[in-house]
Amino acid sequence: MQESAVINRYKSEVKNLSFYYGTFNALKNIDMVLHDKKITALIGPSGCGKSTFLRCYNRMHDLYPGNRYEGDIVLYPDNVNILSPKVDPIEVRMRISMVFQKPNPFPKSIYENVAYGLRVRGIKQRAILDEKIEDALRNAALWNEVKDRLNHLAFNLSGGQQQRLCIARALATNPEILLFDEPTSALDPIATASIEELIADLKDKVTILIVTHNMQQAARVSDYTAYMYLGELIEFGETDDIFIKPKNKQTEDYITGRFG
Amino acid sequence: MKFIKNKSGLLERTKSANELDDLRKKISNHKRWDLLFMITGIIALMIAILTFIALFAQMLIDGLPRLSWDFFTSFPSRRPESAGILSAWVGTTLVMLVTAVSAVPLGVGAGVYLEEYAPKNLFTEIIEINVTNLAGVPSIIYGLLALGLFVYQLGFGQSILAAGMALALLILPVVIVATREAIRSIPIAIREGAYALGATKWQTVSDHLLPYSSAGILTGIIIGLARAIGETAPIITIGALTFIAFLPPSPVTNEFPFISFEWLTAPFTVMPIQMFNWVSRPEEAFQLNAAAAGLVLVVMTLTMNGLAIYLRYRMRKNIKW
Repeated sequence: MQESAVINRYKSEVKNLSFYYGTFNALKNIDMVLHDKKITALIGPSGCGKSTFLRCYNRMHDLYPGNRYEGDIVLYPDNVNILSPKVDPIEVRMRISMVFQKPNPFPKSIYENVAYGLRVRGIKQRAILDEKIEDALRNAALWNEVKDRLNHLAFNLSGGQQQRLCIARALATNPEILLFDEPTSALDPIATASIEELIADLKDKVTILIVTHNMQQAARVSDYTAYMYLGELIEFGETDDIFIKPKNKQTEDYITGRFG
Repeated sequence: MKFIKNKSGLLERTKSANELDDLRKKISNHKRWDLLFMITGIIALMIAILTFIALFAQMLIDGLPRLSWDFFTSFPSRRPESAGILSAWVGTTLVMLVTAVSAVPLGVGAGVYLEEYAPKNLFTEIIEINVTNLAGVPSIIYGLLALGLFVYQLGFGQSILAAGMALALLILPVVIVATREAIRSIPIAIREGAYALGATKWQTVSDHLLPYSSAGILTGIIIGLARAIGETAPIITIGALTFIAFLPPSPVTNEFPFISFEWLTAPFTVMPIQMFNWVSRPEEAFQLNAAAAGLVLVVMTLTMNGLAIYLRYRMRKNIKW
């Protein structure tokens, strides 16, 4: 009984996760959960390890030599530890998509940008591609703006549109978890608002983990918030609790702007 | 510095206003150095450009009158007025073809491997340093290597194949370095974007890194070929002929399978050797032939460089990082 309750509520569980860049211990014994179809925000001062933590989720650290994981990140419902050396990082990245800090569309057409994740999975039929691309662009609230110019270069879009294109690209493959690494830090306030709105809308479809340096953003969009400091998870809980009555003094100091 | 009002109410500089004059003097002094450097720079630039223009003009004056259709379609001859560069330009074209076909896959492959696949350790570091150093090895050394390896050991003979591969060795470092630099100029964010979608290393390389760096790679290839086209020493070393009055067998034949590779093993000559041959003749008229052949060679090289610049411009137009 208890097992199934856990399975229903959690999409993923982080167990005693530590991470090393060579000898530097960037993450220390982190325990956390991701609630299914909810938005979890990671906040904390620069260098606290929030991006490092996020990038553990799609094994991005495997691309560079000298990095080492300890502990588990378990994905439900199939109960697989995605950090296990036996699990192919490519498989993990196919299940968990990521949107980066700066919009990074490929120098290809809008259509080909969204299609790439599908092509990597071997989908070639034009009809299926067309349908999935339209769905993804609709979900990323970009379809109406680009439907007449799908063959135009993605670079001709504005910064905010490019970031929504990157979200569409990440959504097109139906990921189980969507990772956002400070997705609005390179955008103006209006584009930021539209991305935030979009992220809030997406939580019906996908579990979201978002890193942000902007506390108001965390408060506005997330259901759960984790406060990190110097590689440690200081406090984790429902966003309202963290922002209104934080249990930890450090969290309170950070949230009230006394440091950070 | 202070300003005070004088009796008529106007602002007047106080004695300390001398500071301002000092400042102005210093600025104009500094600007004199600006001017001096600019003039030195222009002179340096002019020495380089004018030297080339003078050489080119000399060649143009001597050689242009000799240029005619017959000059391109005639074999060398003992009579300077009926001698032409047919065997030389055909030889150069075929040798360049072999050079490109062998240097491009090897160079691009090695560049991609070093940049994307090779583990970063002492061994690959030594290889990297040596690849860069190879570009500085005198070309005659490559000629000797090719003579020993291709001509004798592998039995290619004094052929187009051996010459093309010798020049391929020569330009390999240029192609490798150009490939690596072009790939390295692609932002990490693009690479990570591809990996984050679940692409494998090869998918990332073939779908993204190679297409986005193709302008840079192509430029490197053309610059390399432009260097190879004027090389004389390695070609002489492997034993190209200086006088040849027949063409290699045609690559296209009338009979099945219509393509023949016999030309690869044929003896040959190339443009710079033809020039060298004419220059070393005592008759004045052969000097004019040499100038005309030189003109053709320079135009070939400049065209290749121009093509490289154009391609770089065209292919980068859509890519701005």
